[in-house]
Amino acid sequence: MSNLRTIDVALIRDTVADLCGQADLLLPADVRRALEKGLAAEESPVGKEILTRLLENADIAAAESMPICQDCGLAVVFLDIGQDLHLIGGDLVAAVNEGVRRGYEKHYLRKSVCHPFTRANTGDNTPAVVHVRIVPGDRLHLWVVPKGGGSENMSKVFLVTPAQGLPGVKERVLETVEAAGPNPCPPIILGVAIGSTFDDACLRAKRTLLRELGSVNPDPEAAALEAELLTMVNNTGIGPAGLGGRVTCLGVFVDIKPCHIASLPLAVNVQCHAARHKEAVL
Amino acid sequence: MSRTFRLTPPLGDADTTALRIGDRVLISGTIYTGRDAAHKRIVEALANGQEPPFPLAGAVIYYVGPSPAPPGRVIGAAGPTTSYRMDAYAPTLMAQGLKAMIGKGKRGDEVKAAMAQHKAVYLGAIGGAGALMARAIVEAEVIAYPELGPEAVRRLVVKDMPLVCVNDTHGGDLYLEGRRAYQR
Ligand code: SF4
Repeated sequence: MSNLRTIDVALIRDTVADLCGQADLLLPADVRRALEKGLAAEESPVGKEILTRLLENADIAAAESMPICQDCGLAVVFLDIGQDLHLIGGDLVAAVNEGVRRGYEKHYLRKSVCHPFTRANTGDNTPAVVHVRIVPGDRLHLWVVPKGGGSENMSKVFLVTPAQGLPGVKERVLETVEAAGPNPCPPIILGVAIGSTFDDACLRAKRTLLRELGSVNPDPEAAALEAELLTMVNNTGIGPAGLGGRVTCLGVFVDIKPCHIASLPLAVNVQCHAARHKEAVL
Repeated sequence: MSRTFRLTPPLGDADTTALRIGDRVLISGTIYTGRDAAHKRIVEALANGQEPPFPLAGAVIYYVGPSPAPPGRVIGAAGPTTSYRMDAYAPTLMAQGLKAMIGKGKRGDEVKAAMAQHKAVYLGAIGGAGALMARAIVEAEVIAYPELGPEAVRRLVVKDMPLVCVNDTHGGDLYLEGRRAYQR
């Protein structure tokens, strides 16, 4: 027992608070690169102008310590906790929520969490959504992903029939993007999880959004589908801000996993260009 | 090739009917903010014969819930929110004189019909460009429903707020037109 590595949850709290600020104020480098690449590829003059403005917006946000987007998101926090690690100092989830509370207050971020029916704001952007996974090792890897409502509202889950198969999956992804149109602030990013169960598909779709844009999927089947879906989605012509153009989507992340012999679950998590994700390893 | 119009609220029919989809619009002057929760209350107030929190005749409403103003700033990030959530309330406000709505995303058929009927327009702001949009805002003051926090109604004074006409009073829809040219 004595050689177990320990981490005080106060450190997790403070790290979460910092990452909330960084995520909402600084556009991630991979998203910036993708927007620049999009700008070079875009054919529509209006589309080019929108992409230019989005890059300018990120510069202003960084220079003036302003959020990239006023919707500073519901804080989704992923924790991969090494199984050889011992957490001390109190309740882990309470510490994460306290970190969110402090981070959103300190950095002047918008508190966007409310009761589902009365719509009364909780006032501190909690509760956060916390996903914990136990992994080998003695490190703690954490990600803060503030998720905006506009793009989350356009996300969909489908229980495709096995007979509809892969063509059915592609159709549903396209249908999701078409229905969303300009609403989720294109250019978008798509997190697509196929297989497993209803609940697991949704969580995996969200988890794919932790990936870096431009990274290569190690699963060749998924990588091929990512390329195909990206072309299909960009052929919709929706374009930046939905005003028409060739750059509707900056990247598609696909995760494929076995499922029940009766099922073919599909979850499509729509992410806007304000694709905020910051991580730390403790 | 697109034309640019400079508008100062309150707006009249001549201002709105001149616009066509794709036109650039720069608004300067006083506008008001409102999201779903505020719209619900305004429509309820009207139904009860009460005064709305700001004069609706010729008004421009911006669908926004800004982030808190950092020290020394009048407002935080202030980009548009998705407009369809206001669709249930928008025709009632247009019937009372609302002339322009600023937001992002598609509007429903009833809203588009009401725009043609009441000569109102829907102007698009760049979604997700909250820090950039904040630069156009020179004054901000909460005037109603402070308990709604970011969703409270604010009076904003803006200068050259950059917008594009998405739905005009003639039935045009830039989201449909713009897409067509780049669809493969
Ligand atoms: S969809 Fe994303 S970019 Fe658009 S307003 Fe919401 S959080 Fe901001």
